[in-house]
Amino acid sequence: MSAVELTGVSRWYGNVVAVNDVTMTLGPGVTGLLGPNGAGKTTVLHMTSGFLAPSRGTVLLDGQATWRNPGAYRHLGLVSEREAVHGFLSAREFVTASARMHKLPNPAQAAARAIGLVEMADAQDRRIDTYSKGMRQRTRVAAALVHDPAVLLLDEPFNGMDPRQRAHMLDLLHRLGADGRTVLFSSHILEEVEQVSGTVQVIVAGRLAASGDFRTIRRLMTNRPHVFTIKSSDDRRLAVALIGEPSVTGIEVAPDGLTVRAGDYGTFTRALPKIARGGGIRVQRLHPADESLESVFSYLVAT
Amino acid sequence: MNWTVAWITARGLFGRRRFLLLFPLPVILLALTWFAKSTGSPPSGWGPPLLSGLGIAVVLPIVALIVGTGVLGSEIDDGTIVHVLTKPLPRREIILAKLAVSIAVTVAVVCVPMFVAGVITDSVRLGGAVAAATALGAVAYSALFLLLSLLTRRPVLLGLLYVLLWEGLLGNVLSGTRVLSVQQYVIAVADRLGDSPFLLEARLSTPLSLVMSALITVASTGVAIDRLRSFSVAGETS
Repeated sequence: MSAVELTGVSRWYGNVVAVNDVTMTLGPGVTGLLGPNGAGKTTVLHMTSGFLAPSRGTVLLDGQATWRNPGAYRHLGLVSEREAVHGFLSAREFVTASARMHKLPNPAQAAARAIGLVEMADAQDRRIDTYSKGMRQRTRVAAALVHDPAVLLLDEPFNGMDPRQRAHMLDLLHRLGADGRTVLFSSHILEEVEQVSGTVQVIVAGRLAASGDFRTIRRLMTNRPHVFTIKSSDDRRLAVALIGEPSVTGIEVAPDGLTVRAGDYGTFTRALPKIARGGGIRVQRLHPADESLESVFSYLVAT
Repeated sequence: MNWTVAWITARGLFGRRRFLLLFPLPVILLALTWFAKSTGSPPSGWGPPLLSGLGIAVVLPIVALIVGTGVLGSEIDDGTIVHVLTKPLPRREIILAKLAVSIAVTVAVVCVPMFVAGVITDSVRLGGAVAAATALGAVAYSALFLLLSLLTRRPVLLGLLYVLLWEGLLGNVLSGTRVLSVQQYVIAVADRLGDSPFLLEARLSTPLSLVMSALITVASTGVAIDRLRSFSVAGETS
């Protein structure tokens, strides 16, 4: 069992602070590192994997610093975001070479096991150049897993994957976590994290904004006030009808439509059609005004 | 020395199209030497500019630059270096493996044609002298260009500046710069070994050239190992 500990970690580039005082402990199971693009997820992963020195704070893997410590890779696997691979090798050659560089006693056997784990055995003798994006990603995961590391870090592993490849990767991460490995993967997509991990670390603008059980954070996210803009055949009459609905907390009437604040996303969106139909009003446009991930995250930071 | 790292490095080197750039220069050297010989004019006239001027001062550094930056710089450029670095290998093993590949390929591509050109010009002794001297140069240049790959994102450009401006231009104008010129070490050693009127004359002493070559090789390699230990990946999206 391995633990990754980040204590008061900051990283700045000149005047720009990329990561600000992040403290987290990762244990066995799958943890999602969630945050909008540019929040500092990659920087956190690079520092955790020993590819970047923290400007302040410590990054420890089983009590040892990862920076300038190649020995840490005995227990650590990294799948970086850049999908650079040695395209001139086949998956079998590539993963076997990784096993040899780890100085494993039986490289061929370790490679076969890792390739089997990501279900790439059928294509393992083709050049990596010829693979689809998902296959490449799986090959890289196999190479990162060949030495059976206790900790696996993945940077945006779902980027650019089609739904089938995504499902496959989700399933793989699930299994790795269930085996007792410490898996940390970054993502800017809420649903991805929701499907894989019980625990999430939310990072916004370099700071750790929320951390813990996904369901709790999800509830925070769905129960926040939502803003919708609505255009209908009779805005004023619709406003009168909506104000009687308990989930509505405020309405603003403007010439180009209504701005409605609702306390609960689900209740409001279920109630609106009924109210409109009851009053014989035709809804021409319904638009959630602040559904961008950034607004969800900034709401989390504020609470 | 790690054979797997060396194997991947060599596969990467031969797999890139840039590798084809290595061959025209030695071919031109051989063709010109053969042509000059066939005209029947005495080698004392065309030997020095061809063997020393073209072979030692151009073919050797350019080939070493392409290979030396290719073994590490290309992997840093395309990000595949991360696969090698995420292994519990002492960074010394990685650098030494890459250095060995760079030296071996440079020696094969440069020393063999140099030997042949020396033989065509005059004798096996001359061929052996220029081949041995360029082998020494291959070692020093490889170490130097390998280090450049870790110090800058544009190792080829910087390497070219060193070869063309420092060694080529300043080396002829300001005699002080010759002490830090691999080209001058190679010329000096070739002159000493070949002792032939068909080579440029040494401007540095042989012991100084040997010591400086060793110093540059060892220092560059040592710094390269240390730089690789602190290799940082800048986050593109951070």
